[in-house]
Amino acid sequence: MAEVQAEVEAYARGLSHVRDGVRAYGLVVRMWVRSTMAYRVSFVMMTVGNFAATALDFVAIAFMFSHIDALGGFTLPEVAFLYGTTSVSFGLADLVLGNLDRVGRRVRDGTMDTLLTRPAPVLAQVAADQFALRRLGRVTQGGLLLGWSLARLDVAWTPVTVLLVPVMLVAGAVIFGALFVAGAAFQFRAVDAAEVQNAFTYGGTTLLQYPPSVFARDLVRGVTFVVPLAFVNWLPALRVLGRDDPLGLPGWVDFTSPLVALVCWVLAGLAWRVGLRGYRSTGS
Amino acid sequence: MDDLIVLEGVEKVFDVRRRAGFLRRERHRVRAVDGIGFRVPRGEMVGYIGPNGAGKSTTIKMLTGILTPSAGRLRVAGIDPSRDRSRLARRIGVVFGQRTTLWWDLPLRDSYGLVRRMYRVPDARYRANLERCVELLDLGELLDVPVRQLSLGQRMRGDIAAALLHDPEVLYLDEPTIGLDVASKAKVREFLRDVNAERGMTVLLTTHDLTDIEQLCKRVMVIDHGRLVYDGGLDGLHAKGESERTLVVDLEREFPPITGVPGARVVRVEGPRQWLAFAATHSAAPVVAAVAERYPLVDLSVREPDIEQVIARMYAEG
Repeated sequence: MAEVQAEVEAYARGLSHVRDGVRAYGLVVRMWVRSTMAYRVSFVMMTVGNFAATALDFVAIAFMFSHIDALGGFTLPEVAFLYGTTSVSFGLADLVLGNLDRVGRRVRDGTMDTLLTRPAPVLAQVAADQFALRRLGRVTQGGLLLGWSLARLDVAWTPVTVLLVPVMLVAGAVIFGALFVAGAAFQFRAVDAAEVQNAFTYGGTTLLQYPPSVFARDLVRGVTFVVPLAFVNWLPALRVLGRDDPLGLPGWVDFTSPLVALVCWVLAGLAWRVGLRGYRSTGS
Repeated sequence: MDDLIVLEGVEKVFDVRRRAGFLRRERHRVRAVDGIGFRVPRGEMVGYIGPNGAGKSTTIKMLTGILTPSAGRLRVAGIDPSRDRSRLARRIGVVFGQRTTLWWDLPLRDSYGLVRRMYRVPDARYRANLERCVELLDLGELLDVPVRQLSLGQRMRGDIAAALLHDPEVLYLDEPTIGLDVASKAKVREFLRDVNAERGMTVLLTTHDLTDIEQLCKRVMVIDHGRLVYDGGLDGLHAKGESERTLVVDLEREFPPITGVPGARVVRVEGPRQWLAFAATHSAAPVVAAVAERYPLVDLSVREPDIEQVIARMYAEG
């Protein structure tokens, strides 16, 4: 009985920890948004610049398609679907957690210590660090593209595939978010780990914008089994588009993105705890 | 006795990895804090001093829950800092002199608003505390100024106020007067004296400016090489450091170095002016009398020992 009670208490503590974290995150985000608004012109310019940069990416693909009809066997709306889904997922994760790549810098300059003296979870505080609304640009652009592709796609929609689209967007955001958190955890050890993290996050989303069929099979295998980026959009998207995946995995795998996302998040959370504990026992 | 800060045999050992070759790394252990024990009763203001790298910051970091001690027992307001960091945070205030917690681009007031929400300070309490800080620290005209436009002294005052809005029981100040001009230093000290007296707040202060200690703390602890080498009053520090006061005498004309004054010796002669050193624990009167008896005295002054030298000497011995 006592064990059950202890379990319940631990669970309640965990929940209140999450609630505190979300609250602190909101508080700090608000401060950053107000800080950005102190420089309104710069905010507008950054937002426009951000949008233009991501838009140009797609223009490049559109140019390519003006000369060829398909990329790796995928039509333009199909590529736009891949591009849109990964952009929305990544954009959401980047908006919410993208500034976790500043953990290393905070460890180096000692400002991490200040966060540890506040009554709020550290992860929430560093995640909200330098929160920038301009990052909404990527999400918006991805969303527009996704909308365009959904209108143009020539697929037989079923209730299952319709449902699969929002599910993959959320699961994808969670997977990218887990990568940000795991990367942040490694920055306690090596302050420059942010670069490696960027290779998986920013690099990952660039990869996922293209059909898996244009890449070497080993690479596809790697992003399926090692760093599970394929679950962000490739596997569920192939189901939506009615195509076979190049690895020939069983069909049900296409639906496992939420599960993979959950596992990633739990592992990333553990890594963060280990990282923070290490920091607190060794300092910088 | 109600001890707010308790340390018993606290140690902190770091494994430091140093690059010894291109990829080879050497590991060695550094005992940053090597068995420290002390108690600070509620309402006391204590100076915690020592040379760079002595273990001061490491101690403070353990007391705030930033670092986990390697051994020993540590309690602040009855809480184990490393285990209950968040709960402790509500009961302590921390000011790192060289790191502001204020929001650079926002008016000072906004930073305080964040403190209020993050620490869940009740409205009435918050208003009363803010009012008091504004009054004592002269912040009235600064509240609506973006922090980036404040001077260093103004920002430090702002930082101290930010650390006090949630009614902490313990206040840690790490170099609170560093880089400030004389007037700002005086204002900060006066304020600290006031809050300490008024609210009975326990204060632990690290500083390089010994005037801070002389003006604020009855008790001082000296740490060196991770060990507490002194814990007591300022006077005791002089005795322990074998410090000396100096009697400066102006005689009518030049004399050879004064002799025959018990307990004093001449350390310097410059024309008719001579400097005599004697133990700080001794009274100046017999020395003055002995000189006046045998030499034509025109003027005299007594110089108090320089506490920095006292401590420097202690470090050298340690």
